[in-house]
Order: sequence, then structure tokens, then C-alpha cells
Amino acid sequence: MYVSQFAVLAAVLFSMGVYGILVRRNGILVLMSVELILNSVNINLVAFGALRDTISGEVFALFVITVAAAEVGVGLAIVLMIYRNRRSVDLSEMDLMKG
Amino acid sequence: MESLSVFGGAAVLAAETAEGIAHASGWFLENAWLVPAFPALSFLVILFFGKRFPKGGSEVGIAAVALSFVFAVAAGIQWIGQINSAGEGTAVDAVTSTWTWWVNGGVEFSIGTLVDGLAVVLMFVVTTVSLLVHVYSTDYVAGDRRYTHFFAFLSLFTAAMLFFVLSENTLQMIVGWELVGVCSFVLIGHWWEEKPNSDAALKAFFTNRVGDIGLLIGVAVLFFAADQTFSVLEINKMAVSGEITHLALLVGGCALLAAVMSKSGQFFLHTWLPDAMAGPTPVSALIHAATMVVAGVYLIARLYGVFFEGFSIAGSSVNLLAIVGGLTTLVGASLAFVQRDIKKVLAYSTISQLGYMVLALGVGAWTAAVFHLFTHAFFKACLFLGSGSVSHAVHSFDMKSDMGGLRKWMPHTYKTFVIASLALAGIPPLAGFWSKDEILAGTGGWGLVGGTGGNGAYLVMLIMGMATAALTAAYMTRCVYLTFFGEFRGHGTPHESGPRIVVPLWILAVLAVVAGWLNLPKGFQLVPESWTTRFEHYVESSADYFPSIAHAKPSWTLAIVSTAIALGGIAVAARYYFGRVRAESPRATEVGRGWTKRSRLAAAGHTLLAKKYYLDHLYTGIIAGGVKGPIARAAYKFNQEGIDRVVNAAGERSVKAGHVVYDIIDQKVVDGVVNSSGVAPHMAGEEMRKMQTGKVQSYAGIVFVAAALLALVFIVFI
Repeated sequence: MYVSQFAVLAAVLFSMGVYGILVRRNGILVLMSVELILNSVNINLVAFGALRDTISGEVFALFVITVAAAEVGVGLAIVLMIYRNRRSVDLSEMDLMKG
Repeated sequence: MESLSVFGGAAVLAAETAEGIAHASGWFLENAWLVPAFPALSFLVILFFGKRFPKGGSEVGIAAVALSFVFAVAAGIQWIGQINSAGEGTAVDAVTSTWTWWVNGGVEFSIGTLVDGLAVVLMFVVTTVSLLVHVYSTDYVAGDRRYTHFFAFLSLFTAAMLFFVLSENTLQMIVGWELVGVCSFVLIGHWWEEKPNSDAALKAFFTNRVGDIGLLIGVAVLFFAADQTFSVLEINKMAVSGEITHLALLVGGCALLAAVMSKSGQFFLHTWLPDAMAGPTPVSALIHAATMVVAGVYLIARLYGVFFEGFSIAGSSVNLLAIVGGLTTLVGASLAFVQRDIKKVLAYSTISQLGYMVLALGVGAWTAAVFHLFTHAFFKACLFLGSGSVSHAVHSFDMKSDMGGLRKWMPHTYKTFVIASLALAGIPPLAGFWSKDEILAGTGGWGLVGGTGGNGAYLVMLIMGMATAALTAAYMTRCVYLTFFGEFRGHGTPHESGPRIVVPLWILAVLAVVAGWLNLPKGFQLVPESWTTRFEHYVESSADYFPSIAHAKPSWTLAIVSTAIALGGIAVAARYYFGRVRAESPRATEVGRGWTKRSRLAAAGHTLLAKKYYLDHLYTGIIAGGVKGPIARAAYKFNQEGIDRVVNAAGERSVKAGHVVYDIIDQKVVDGVVNSSGVAPHMAGEEMRKMQTGKVQSYAGIVFVAAALLALVFIVFI
């Protein structure tokens, strides 16, 4: 078990998440991508915590999970409100701040 | 000096030996500065606090002048004591006391007093006449609109005149001279609300100013000629001993003569004196009879070394000073005949008598001039105050229309006026006879009539003097007749004036009688020898600052001839007025078909006199008009065409420049820059707007790119 395996896994997940944020049109999918990024970070944290034989990696990951949960709650609430107001969650149509 | 008498020679010898000069001393002589200080102080007090006093400030003025009078008399007594204790043959030097104000380049500017016989005489005259005039004024100007102001300036005048008389150096004399001129201006124009009065005041001041040019030039010339000193004693000593060149003395003397001509009313700068009668009568008595007008005579007497040597008075038969004096006597006397106004008669009489004084100085009869100054002050002041008393009664000065027959109602005024007139005419034994005779003797004309031993042979001046004596007697008789005799031509009932007017009149009349006995001629057989020439003994100095002059001895012939001439003048005028005019009608003032109506020449002569020899026309019309007319026209032309053209052109050019600035610079250049500075950000903004897509994902893209870059920087490079 090398730590690099976990680091690569986290990197791959991270880049998939970034791709999702930048490309996906559906708002919920964007949120899912954000979760993906956060989880990749978690993997990184736990792996390096195990490497260093310290519990702080896991503790930090716990914090991240909590914050992610809260953030998803708020994010979904916002997406819900957007759907109620605009009948769609297509982010490419949300350009009111244009110009 | 061929006419040097033994007396003069002894004086010269005494002056040259050191032990022959005694230095005088005495508390009142050394502290003579107090004499002008009291009236100066009272001027300030009256000016600031006068209205609060119960009598309007007059009591302050009278007290101050009385105090000065006491001090002046005390100084005189001390001076006489000094002369007596010095004994015969010893000259007494003047008492000087100076205070150095500042020194610059070796030249000392000081202020101080110089007391000798001449100064003592003038102090006495000024304080006496001023005191009597002050008392007289409390009645004369009572209830006046500017009563307090009047007394303030009477005090200032007295202080200024005393300051002038006690001057130790020529600069101080200039200050005093100008100050008395200013006071004269203020007092003549006392009732300045009436234009003729303010015109008269201005005329007096400006005419004096013309002469003052001479004063300044003269003082400057003497300063440089006398090795850079202003001190009167020094200048005189150097002039007498010959250290100053004759040319310098002549130039300085001529320049000072110009000043004397204006201040002392000599022909042809006398025109201001008759007009000055517009002032209140006490002012005329004090300033234009007794004191200010003699400032010029005093100047010559004080700087006599300069004049005696400069004009070569000894051994000549004519010189400028004598001619000016002689002409003045004749001009003044001739003009007095055609006056209706009693004060103008007296003004011309003053001019004539001042001419006598200058004539006397011009022929070398110094003591005679000063003595005549002394006696003239008293009888002329008496005449002026008498005319004021008359005017109080009839409210007018016009003899022909408002007076006549006043001797019934105004006995005191009448008697004092007649006494003073006889003194003026030169009838013995009144004062004017002695002083005038001494002047006539001093001309040193024919030994037969003129007396013996004068300084030169001034025959012409003798004739002028005698002619004027006749004229003087005649015009005074005319004046007395028109005022006091005949029938009253005015309105109402005149009454005699109160005691504050009458008492000074009597005091002056008594002085007009006895003052002449102070200088009885040497060799006068009717009195003991020790009673003669007292005035001369105490007043004329024999110290080294006084030139040695010869003293003429009048003869009985001269006395009889001059008395006869005076009586003759009275007789002719009396025959005309008391005889022919009264025969026509008691109310008449002139004969119906007299000379001037019958003869064209006489009428022309009368017109010449009535127009005052056309001098006023010359000065005001021709000289002043000829200067101010072209200057005014040139100034107007310069203003309209010169200045206005420049101003208008400047205005037009500014308008054009304004248009250029607006149209081109403001609209095009400045606005262009401002506008373009807005266009550039506008365009930049247009481009940068495209970055704002409003899409969250593009913003997120930017964030990730930036994060990647930063990661690169932080991990790889740092």
C-alpha cells in the first residue's frame, strides 16, 4: 500500500469533480461534483494521516464532512428556490448578472 | 565804514577783548523757555477740556498768558540788572540754553532759547498785547459759535510767537514762523462758514507760502555759508567778522527778504493783510498789528549781522531793504485813503508802519526799528481794539454808511482812539513821534534836517518817510472824522462798550503816550542825561554777534520839521472833512463834486487806488489764472484723449481675447481633453463587460485557473 495510490485516486476524483463543475449544466449535478471534490480531499487527508500515524487527518476529514453536509443543505435549498422561480435548473440559462 | 562813530568803535573794541564780554545769567533768563510753555500747555488744555470750564476755557488762556507776562517782565528786570551790573564799555552776551535733539554727520539739530535785549522786548510786547486781547475777547467773542476754539488758538498763537522770538537757531525760527502762519490762517477763518472769510484765510496762507520759499532758501544758504551751523549767534558772529563771503550774505539776505515781504506785508506781497481783516477784531489787533506781522522785522533784527553786511548798509545811499521799506510806506499810506472799512484803513496803516520798520533796518537804524515796533504795537493794538469796540456798538465796520458822530455815545473809545491816532501820526510828546523821528534821523540825510552821524546818506528814504508821515496824519484824521464826528448814519442807538473792552483800550492808550519816553534821544536838553536812550542801552547789543552800527543824533530842526509835516497833514485833512464835508451836510462823508468827479486824471488815480494798484488782479487773474487755465485744459485733454483712449482700447482688447479663449481654448481644447478622458474608460469598460457572463460556471472556471496558478507558484517556486 503506497500513499501515492491514494493521492492519485484523490487527484482523479478531484479532476472529475472540477470537470463536472465547469461543464455540467444541471445545478444538482454541479452540487454532486462539489461533493466529489470534497470527498477527494477527504481521501487525501485520511491517507496522509495514516502515513504520519496521526489522528488529525481523520479529525479534519470529519470536519470537512460536516461542512459539506451543511453546505449541500444550503445549496440544495438554493437550487430548489431557483427551480421554483424559473422552472428549470439549467445553469447556462441563469445569466441575470450578465453585463 | 566811514560813518563809524566813537560809540560804535568802542563797542567793537570791547567785543574784541575777551574780558570785555560779560556773560549774563539769571533764573528767568535761563528758563525763558517757560514763557512759551505756559500758553502751549493752555492750548492743549483748552482744546481737550475747554468746554468743561465754566467760562469756556478763557480763564485758562488768560491765566497762562498772565503767567507768561509775569515771567517775561521778570526776565526783563533781570536783563536790565545784568546790563547795569556789567557797566559801561562791557558787552553783555546773550543767554542761551540749548537742548540737542539729534546729531547727524557732525551737524547738530538743537532747540533752545536765546535771550538778549531784543528777545526781552518782544516777549514783553507779545505777552502784554496778548493778555489785553485775551481780556478784550472775553467780551468781544462772547456767545460765539466757537468760543473755546478761539481761545485755544489764541493761546497757541501766543506760544508760537514766543517760541519764534526766543529761537536760538534758524531751523527753530522756521518752525515758529510756520506755526504763527497756521494760527493766522485758523484765526482769520474763524467764521469760515462765510466764504469770503475762508477765502481771506487761504489768501493769507498762500501769500505767506510764496515768501516762505525765500525763508527756506535763505536758511539753507546761511547754513552752508556759515560752515554748517544753524545757530543764530554763530551766523551773526561770522557775518560780522567777515568769515562769510559778501555774496553769500547778499543771496541769503535777499532770500530772507522775500520771506519778510510776505510775512510783514511789504510791497508787493502785502495783498493778504487787508483781506485778513475778515477775522475777528481781537485777532487783527494781536496778529496783524502787534505781533505776527512784525515777525519779519524781528527776523531781520535778529540776523542783523547778515543784513548789515550783506546789503552793505553802511556807507550806501540806497539798498534793497531800504527801497522795499520806503515803497511799502508810501503804498500803504496811499491805499488807506480810499477805504470805507475802518479795519482796512488800519490794515493799510499797519503795512505803512511796517514799511517804516523795514526802512529803518535798511538804513542801519536798528534801535529805531525795534523801538518803532515796540511803540507801534501799543498804539496800533489800541486803534484796532477801538474799532472793535465801535463795531460792537454799530454792528458794522463800514465808516461811510454806519458810523458818524459816535463821540457822544462812546467817550472812552473816542478818547483812546484819538490818543492812539495822534501817537500814530507822530505828534510829540506821544510815542510815535519819538520812534518815527529816530527813524527819520537814522536815514542820515541832510545834516541840516536829517540829523547827524547815520550809517549812510539815504536821502530818498528820508523824503519817503516824511511824505508818509504827512499822509498818515491825513488819513487818520479822515478816519476819526468819519467815525466820530458828523451825524450818525447808522441804525439804532450805539452805546459804550463794557469794562472788559474799555479798560484794555485805556491801558494801551496810556502805553501809547508813555512808551516813547523810553528812548529819548541823546543830547535831548530837556531831561537829565541818564534818562536818554534807555531803550537803546538795554536792547541794543554791543557783543560780537551784533554789527557795529552808527547811531544818528536827531536835531531840533528835524523834530520841528517832522511835527510840522504831521500837523500839516492833519490840517489839510481837517480842512477837507471838518470844513467842506461838514459844510455840505453833517451826514455827508465826502464832498459832492470833488476832485475825482471833476478831473479824469484824479478819477483814474482813485480807481488805481481803489483797485489796490491792480495787484490782486495780477496775482489772482493773471498769474494764478494763467497757470491754472492752461494746466486745467491740458489735464482735461490728457484725460479725455489720452487716458480714456488707453482704457477703452484695453477694454475692447480684453473682450476680443475673451472670445478667443472661449471659442477655441475652452470649447475645443479643454473640452476635447475632458471628453476624450471619458471616452477611453468607456471603451475599456465596454470590452471588460464581456467578462461578466453572469454564468456561475465561467466564474468558477476563473477561480480554478487562478488556484492552479497559485499552487504552481507556491509549490514549485517557493
